[in-house]
Amino acid sequence: MNRVVNVITKNFNKYNIESIDEYVKLGGFEALKKAFELGPQGVIDEIKASGLRGRGGAAYPTGKKWEQAANVKGDRKIIICNADEGEPATFKDRYLLEYDPYKIIEGMTIAAYTVKANEGYIYIREEYKHLHNKVRRAIELAKKAGYLGEKILGTDFKFDIKVFSGAGAYVCGENSSLIESMEGKSGRPRIKPPYIKQCGLYNLPTLVNNVETFAAAASILLIGSEEYTKYGTSESKGTKLISLCGNINKPGAYEIPFGVTLREIIYDIGGGIKENKKLKFLQLGGASGAIVPADMIDLRYCYKELKDHGIEIGSGAILVADETNSVVDFIKSVQDFFLHESCGKCTPCREGNRQITKIINRFVAGDASITDLKTVEKFANVMKYASFCGLGKTAPTALLSAIKHFPVEFYQRIYKVSR
Amino acid sequence: MSNCTITIDNKVITVPEGTTILEAAKKVGINIPTLCHHPDQKVKANCRICLVQTGPNKLVTACSTPVWDGMKVNTHSKLVRDTQRGVLELILANHPQDCLKCIRNGKCELQKLCEMFNISKTNLEEEVDSLEIDESNPAIIRDHSKCIKCNRCIEVCQEVQGVGILSQAHRSINYCITPAFEKKLINTLCVFCGQCTTVCPVGAIYEKDDTEKVWNALYDETLHVIVQIAPAVRVSIGEEFGFEPGTNVTGKVVASLRRLGFDKVFDTNFTADLTIIEEGHELLHRIQNNGVLPMITSCSPGWINYLEGFYPDLIKHVSTCKSPQQMFGALSKTYYAEKMGLDPSKIFTVSIMPCTAKKYEADRVEMSSYGYKDVDAVLTTRELARMLKSASIDLANIEEEEFDEPFGITTGAAVIFGATGGVMEAALRTVYELVTEKELEKLDFTEVRGLEGIKEAEIDLNGTSVKVAVAHGLSNAKKILDMVKNGEADYTFIEIMCCPGGCIGGGGQPIGTTTKVKEERIKGIYNVDKSMKIRKSHENPAIKQLYKEFLGKPLGKVSHKLLHTSYSPRNQILDIDYLKYDSEVATTEE
Repeated sequence: MNRVVNVITKNFNKYNIESIDEYVKLGGFEALKKAFELGPQGVIDEIKASGLRGRGGAAYPTGKKWEQAANVKGDRKIIICNADEGEPATFKDRYLLEYDPYKIIEGMTIAAYTVKANEGYIYIREEYKHLHNKVRRAIELAKKAGYLGEKILGTDFKFDIKVFSGAGAYVCGENSSLIESMEGKSGRPRIKPPYIKQCGLYNLPTLVNNVETFAAAASILLIGSEEYTKYGTSESKGTKLISLCGNINKPGAYEIPFGVTLREIIYDIGGGIKENKKLKFLQLGGASGAIVPADMIDLRYCYKELKDHGIEIGSGAILVADETNSVVDFIKSVQDFFLHESCGKCTPCREGNRQITKIINRFVAGDASITDLKTVEKFANVMKYASFCGLGKTAPTALLSAIKHFPVEFYQRIYKVSR
Repeated sequence: MSNCTITIDNKVITVPEGTTILEAAKKVGINIPTLCHHPDQKVKANCRICLVQTGPNKLVTACSTPVWDGMKVNTHSKLVRDTQRGVLELILANHPQDCLKCIRNGKCELQKLCEMFNISKTNLEEEVDSLEIDESNPAIIRDHSKCIKCNRCIEVCQEVQGVGILSQAHRSINYCITPAFEKKLINTLCVFCGQCTTVCPVGAIYEKDDTEKVWNALYDETLHVIVQIAPAVRVSIGEEFGFEPGTNVTGKVVASLRRLGFDKVFDTNFTADLTIIEEGHELLHRIQNNGVLPMITSCSPGWINYLEGFYPDLIKHVSTCKSPQQMFGALSKTYYAEKMGLDPSKIFTVSIMPCTAKKYEADRVEMSSYGYKDVDAVLTTRELARMLKSASIDLANIEEEEFDEPFGITTGAAVIFGATGGVMEAALRTVYELVTEKELEKLDFTEVRGLEGIKEAEIDLNGTSVKVAVAHGLSNAKKILDMVKNGEADYTFIEIMCCPGGCIGGGGQPIGTTTKVKEERIKGIYNVDKSMKIRKSHENPAIKQLYKEFLGKPLGKVSHKLLHTSYSPRNQILDIDYLKYDSEVATTEE
């Protein structure tokens, strides 16, 4: 049974992105026309009805976010599409930009119309350089065809989009860090308040959404929220683009309706574990996501059911590890990533990652102590509760869940026990 | 704005919307530990020590979180204490624990927190990065192995002073506070104002300690060691011995310095009066001879460094007068030596200054033009306090004594040099009487007093209205300088002090200097002025005698040689060898 659906991905491989006409033939910019018909409040209502939540990781209700942005006063507002995707195991935004850039442009334009913004940026990190010119070209063609620029579709609405090539960093996925980076500073989170919606890029009111969120918004307007909410569960509506990778037969980005089980994702969509090995664990939501042991794979992939088990959907990454993987060694790779990616601004993240890395290295080397296990857990919690931004707060998630589900693997690396 | 009623540790309080938890807690006497927080600075929330609990498993930083109606705060739940302590342990694991020999021992905010949390042993592997200490310059030392990355120094350097030498670099464990390209301070346009040293919560940035140098001079029997004390020190050093900020302890400092072993104890105020005479005449000379106006004061060495680095094309606007410190030094090796029959090479001149930039100033090559170094050693207020404590001299209980002559007779005009606007006010008292030959009815120019960034006043000099301006803190100076540069400043005379509040807020002043403390010190300064018998520099009899016996007349040959100097552009960032050009010298040659 294949549970893959095509709502936001329906145009993938259906048209040549050099031809905007082909996109239009597939129903392109119909959603924008609908937005103009509905008016800003109508768009907000439709998005709210769809139950769409931000697809970048934080899962904030998109309709609410747009409504707040629309209510912020300001003559000059900014829309930013956050395409700073670079977390290990997450690569779904890349597909959207590559196979359907116009949908992102359309989604952003709808958002801009809704919140009364005239300037937009797509922050694409430098690693995705091969996409920069493709997206720039799409913007240019959209402008020529009257879908961007002045008097869009013959209305008085004007909106322009620029591609911003960002140095990128894991922390730049966080909106205020992304904005700092766009302003030419190091990507480090800002203190809130003031909130980005009031005081974002160049201190202007700013709306930041993930690539997939804009794609979803355009799709929702195209098919209507009623049709969209036929997908998913009562609480997690619609579809989600996941990136599936690791020890799996068919890795890739797939669009699924919320509510399928992890088992279905791995065995039906992903074609099962490589070489028919046994599944050991999954990591959901990217590097900052929880480790899920094999015995939990009958959980349904939706916000609520996972959250009840302390698991977040996050960016939609699903990393599969088979029986040959060591949890401790895996945690080391996650830890090394965060040690590298911490911006260094706050104590818990900067110093916590330093100390946790040292301790994990002792586990990897097999000469950790029982005290080390307590200490590493203690400071993982300090990071979780005390860090400045989401990076530091979620960096120890994998570690804490690994200790919870695989304590024995840690005990086996303790010097006295292993001898 | 509406009010919010909140509960902190079972105490109910109503505060205006927008109040932070930290502020609200303070109002009901609940103290929340802080580290990166500074009362005069923006909220940073990067140390994370002020975490408090606002819900099940929900911690927020008290410094940055505004209250909401119905909020319930617990400032010492188990989760709060465990997390705060955890954060502290993390800092300590990467912090040198050499408190006993740290310059900030006893005044370190981190140390206080450790005492508060009863920190004894942690399970973390302690490992401090061995980073090179920057001792490249004569004023400020950076030991960034001790840096806790609170960013206070960055804010003061970038926003208060607008100099922007310090900023953040790198990420994660390599994150550090550093000049661009990790240059040493001497290779940057650092003005050595030392404001960073006063806001650092730990011992990561501090003044170069010259106390040993002074001890050695005092122990050297072949040397005649004299000391001068700056106006702003007398209302601040008391703080180190338990006095309230602003308490005037002049007589006690004099007595203490004598106990330390100085051969003569003098007052920088004497040369402050002298500066007024020279600078006043220079101003009049410029006015009468179509010289470069507005003329800008030159007493503040941090300001001079800023000028040379950032506004070299405005050098001609600055008075050629040396600062009172350097005028004193020059006279100590000439006039004083002659008068006392001493060999100038055997005179060791020490200054007690509120300022770190004075160390750099004393080391300038221009400051030994006649063959001797004007000033041999500069101690900050903090360093003097350290010396007194080291010699078990209890300033608090010592009996007051008077300055020695001839450099002890001073005026109220001189003492107000210690506060922003003081030099201007002192100058106006003299210039007015010189020009109009009338007695000034009201000596207090209150328009130029106080902590407002830029202050203006107008004075009528025999029918000519003269407009003056006062700026303190370099970001304020920048505003005025841009006006001058663009020809938009209709001022005749401008006073610029590098440090916010003037010298009372100097970079060498006691740790814990805040705006509130500065206000008290300023009050102290004006109280001293009021209590002085003579309040105008040109009425100082000792100054009159000095001109009669030695200098001849203001802006004369001797003055020119000893009391005036020149400045040069300074650009080390681009390593461009600027063509040196002399500042326009407004002194007259006979």
